[in-house]
Amino acid sequence: MSSIIPAPIARQPWGMLIPLLVLTGFGGLVLFSAAGGSLQPFALSHWIRFGVFLVMASVLAMFPRDLARFAAYPVYGIILLLLLAVEVMGTLGGGSQRWLELGFMRLQPSELMKPAIVLVLAHFYASLPTGMINGWRALLPACGLVAAPMALVLMQPDLGTSLAIAFGAGVVMFLAGLPLKWFIGGGAVAAAAIPLAYFFGLKPYQQQRVTTFLDPESDPLGTGYHITQSKIAIGSGGLFGKGFNEGSQSHLNYLPEPHTDFVFATMAEEWGLMGGIFVLAAFGAILGWGLKVARNAEDRFDRLLAAGMTATIFFYVSINLLMVMGLAPVVGIPLPFMSHGGSSMMTNMICIGSLLMVHRWNRKKRGSGLSD
Amino acid sequence: MRLRKRARPREVVTQSTLENAFDRRTFVIGTAMGGLGVLLAARMGYIAIAENEKYELESESNRVNLSLIPPRRGWILDRNGAPLASNEADFRVDLIPERLTDPERQVDVLGDLLGLDEIRKVDLLDEIAKGTSYQPIEVASGLEFEQFAAVSLRLPDLPGVIPQRGFSRYYPTGASVGHLIGYVGIANAEEYEQERNPLLITPGYKIGKDGLEKEFEQVIRGEPGARRVEVTASGRIVRDLETRPDVQGNPLRTTIDGPLQDYAARRIGLESGSVVVMDCETGDLLCMASMPSFDPNSFSAGIGSLEYSMLRENDRVPLRNKVLKGLYPPGSTVKPMHSLAFLKAGVDPNETISCSGGRRIGNRFFNCWSNHGSVDMAKSIYQSCDSYYYHFAQKIGFDKVAQMARDFGLGQEYDLPVASQFYGTVPDPAWKLKKYERKWEPFDTVNSSIGQGYYLTSPLQLAVMSTRLATGNMVMPRMLMSSKTPTFKSEGFSAEDMAYVRQAMSDVVNGPGTAGRARLPLDDVKMAGKTGTAQVVSLSVSDGRSGPWKYRDHGLFVFFAPFDKPKYAGAVVIEHGGGSGAAYPIARDVMTFLFDPAKGMDALRGYEKQWGGTAQQRLERNYAAYTQAAGETVRPIPERNENITDRVDAEARAAAAQQEAIAEEVRASRPAEGRSGSPPPSPAAGVP
Repeated sequence: MSSIIPAPIARQPWGMLIPLLVLTGFGGLVLFSAAGGSLQPFALSHWIRFGVFLVMASVLAMFPRDLARFAAYPVYGIILLLLLAVEVMGTLGGGSQRWLELGFMRLQPSELMKPAIVLVLAHFYASLPTGMINGWRALLPACGLVAAPMALVLMQPDLGTSLAIAFGAGVVMFLAGLPLKWFIGGGAVAAAAIPLAYFFGLKPYQQQRVTTFLDPESDPLGTGYHITQSKIAIGSGGLFGKGFNEGSQSHLNYLPEPHTDFVFATMAEEWGLMGGIFVLAAFGAILGWGLKVARNAEDRFDRLLAAGMTATIFFYVSINLLMVMGLAPVVGIPLPFMSHGGSSMMTNMICIGSLLMVHRWNRKKRGSGLSD
Repeated sequence: MRLRKRARPREVVTQSTLENAFDRRTFVIGTAMGGLGVLLAARMGYIAIAENEKYELESESNRVNLSLIPPRRGWILDRNGAPLASNEADFRVDLIPERLTDPERQVDVLGDLLGLDEIRKVDLLDEIAKGTSYQPIEVASGLEFEQFAAVSLRLPDLPGVIPQRGFSRYYPTGASVGHLIGYVGIANAEEYEQERNPLLITPGYKIGKDGLEKEFEQVIRGEPGARRVEVTASGRIVRDLETRPDVQGNPLRTTIDGPLQDYAARRIGLESGSVVVMDCETGDLLCMASMPSFDPNSFSAGIGSLEYSMLRENDRVPLRNKVLKGLYPPGSTVKPMHSLAFLKAGVDPNETISCSGGRRIGNRFFNCWSNHGSVDMAKSIYQSCDSYYYHFAQKIGFDKVAQMARDFGLGQEYDLPVASQFYGTVPDPAWKLKKYERKWEPFDTVNSSIGQGYYLTSPLQLAVMSTRLATGNMVMPRMLMSSKTPTFKSEGFSAEDMAYVRQAMSDVVNGPGTAGRARLPLDDVKMAGKTGTAQVVSLSVSDGRSGPWKYRDHGLFVFFAPFDKPKYAGAVVIEHGGGSGAAYPIARDVMTFLFDPAKGMDALRGYEKQWGGTAQQRLERNYAAYTQAAGETVRPIPERNENITDRVDAEARAAAAQQEAIAEEVRASRPAEGRSGSPPPSPAAGVP
């Protein structure tokens, strides 16, 4: 069998790549329908972007571990500076802004920060002497590394992204072996802080999103509209959906943002529960593979990096799906590989690239240990 | 996990403990991820399977928009089946204020497309500002197809504007049936609150606002059709799904004789007044004309502020249905009926009294309008001698007379499908005591005995009285056609008594009476009648014949024909006509038209040449002149929340109250030569 399929192809992690390719292809089909049955303007650019970022991920996968570890702090520093630049330009320009105009593209540094925080924390804990993991020196520098970008992103204001950064960082810290009681204590503090944050930390529109989430029917034509219409789209799809290009909720504009945040609802209306289970299964395969890569890694840095990247993708998927099904407030987080949008595609493909990189390191080590 | 930790509290952290922790914790995270995945799948299954029906329904109600198609109203027919109100196919444009983005610009664009003048544009903006936002406002109807198409083309540019094909109400005889039929209009907020029917706020739907259109709204409304369309979230129609046609409302067959109604209305001419004609056998109301009137066609199309203010400013109150809501002292028209009261009380018709230009009642002398010498009952009727009535009313007591008046339909309301009718006053001692807490005086008897004082009647009541005089039966008026002939109770007079009074009434016209000019120009039909002149202000203010219109006497005439075998009966009341001479020529022509339409029309054409056209033509010309005079000064539109004709009710009552002001006066009949009621030198000479 190994003689029929060339080795470079056979050694690719097809268990992840096939679900990813099919999911992205399926995402393009849904976008095709969301555009009213047309490749333009969503589906075609979705596929092209995926192709471009897949090449980027392959290149990323070639990087040696030393380079990755060497780059951790500089990359983190540069992105932090970019965040600061966005903030400064926003202040000078007299309005909040989330991106930098680079001419050929709009760069959203907060997106880059999601994999970067995982990278820098993995590097930090890998470098930390083993015995210090129970001490304050394991916690405080890490907290500083997380707090700075979170604060900058919150100021934009972008609650969803800052939570994504916190989640990625939290998972790395949890897996790095910090004492469990810290997490329990931190959780308690967070629970106490939520009401305070709600009343003093959130902007009125964010507060409204939370109240609407708790009672969508309170404002069926205002902010509750999104959730209500999304549930109608998913619910009316039934088991097998209304059929490709037959979704009335998306085609008649009842569903808000049918091609970005609510792309899952668009899909569910036309493909039904079967489509939804397929999407969940595809994500399960990708994320499961990611965790397997992390567990197979032997180096501490590799493990933390892979697990953190997996967690970052997971955060996107879970929050988006909870939102469209009415289980979480509307926070504006797209669904990886299905939603139309360059920034999130880039972030998620960086995560995939990083996982491929760790996967390659694992294979190389095992390969050298066994066959050489 | 916590237990294990506690079991080894002071453990030295090594590479392998960290690796163990990593493995445990990734397992926890993996489990959490899987758990969330299962939760999401379950949640989706719940929404998509368990709640599928509910959400499918909501999705359908999103997608499909049901819009009502206004039903065609049932026709309103006259007794012969000719339409008094019908429907015309119509291209129309409405707008919904809350959907407009820029009312001023949009009204301007519509104005250009539809050729609206400045007045109409100002009216429209006013309505948009004042109206409730969900209530459609009519921009224009009766459009040419080209105009309709032009608006349809510009629709993307004009949100809130709704062009549609529909039907509009059409009243072939226009102003002639204005008060009788009423008109239709867009339902106002109050009406919608009352009925809460989505049809009422469907663009293009109009409900009956007055008259028969209002009373029989539910009968002639019909069933709305429905159109199911697929719409986008912003309301744009994607495609038609299915259409259910409307069901036209039932026709309403009235007892009105359409041509007679039109003739009578036109014959009133420049005067202000009403004509009522009834069928003696059935009580069918053949004609209920009240003029001047409004054109229900232009009311139904949404009357402009100028046209409305023209009607409102007119001192002849074109907005009041005088047949039902005009109250006038009946004057001498009650004399035949009062004579019947005397007969019933045992007065011998041949008994005479002497009129010496008046008569002493109690210790005062009351004038008659002329010196009649020796007067019996017949002469008192055809010569309209007041003294006779002073005497016998005093003799038998006015209570008996008042009871007779009520038996003959005065002071009564009838079971008719009309929004309101005024029942007027038949005064008697008990009534006066209750209302004014004053005793009934002899002069009250004197005034009331000749239909003055507190006496107030509507033209409809007078017509009923006349019908009952003609038949001797308690005929009840009716407005809806029915195949069965009703039977009426007798008034209880012998044929002989009735014949006596009828003969006297015939002599009013055909004998030595007060209305010789009312004789029908027909060989075989003779009309009987009784003149009446009602004073409206005291003698010191006006002589009743000249001077300001408002102070002139009302002219009245009750009649029936043929006098020996009555078929038709009725009443004519001309407000401030200066005496009965204004009323009976109209009765003569109306009855002529009934028996010989060609002859009647000839007479009318002659008059209309003098007057300057038909009532409709004059109304239109007046409006043109009024518009020109008003120029650019545009008055505010009437408050459409109340019905336009409601407004004049108060004034109608006020007008009735004015009559009471002189009721207390001791009635001194004016020594009147040339008055309509005066005995002509010879019966044929008539009155100037």
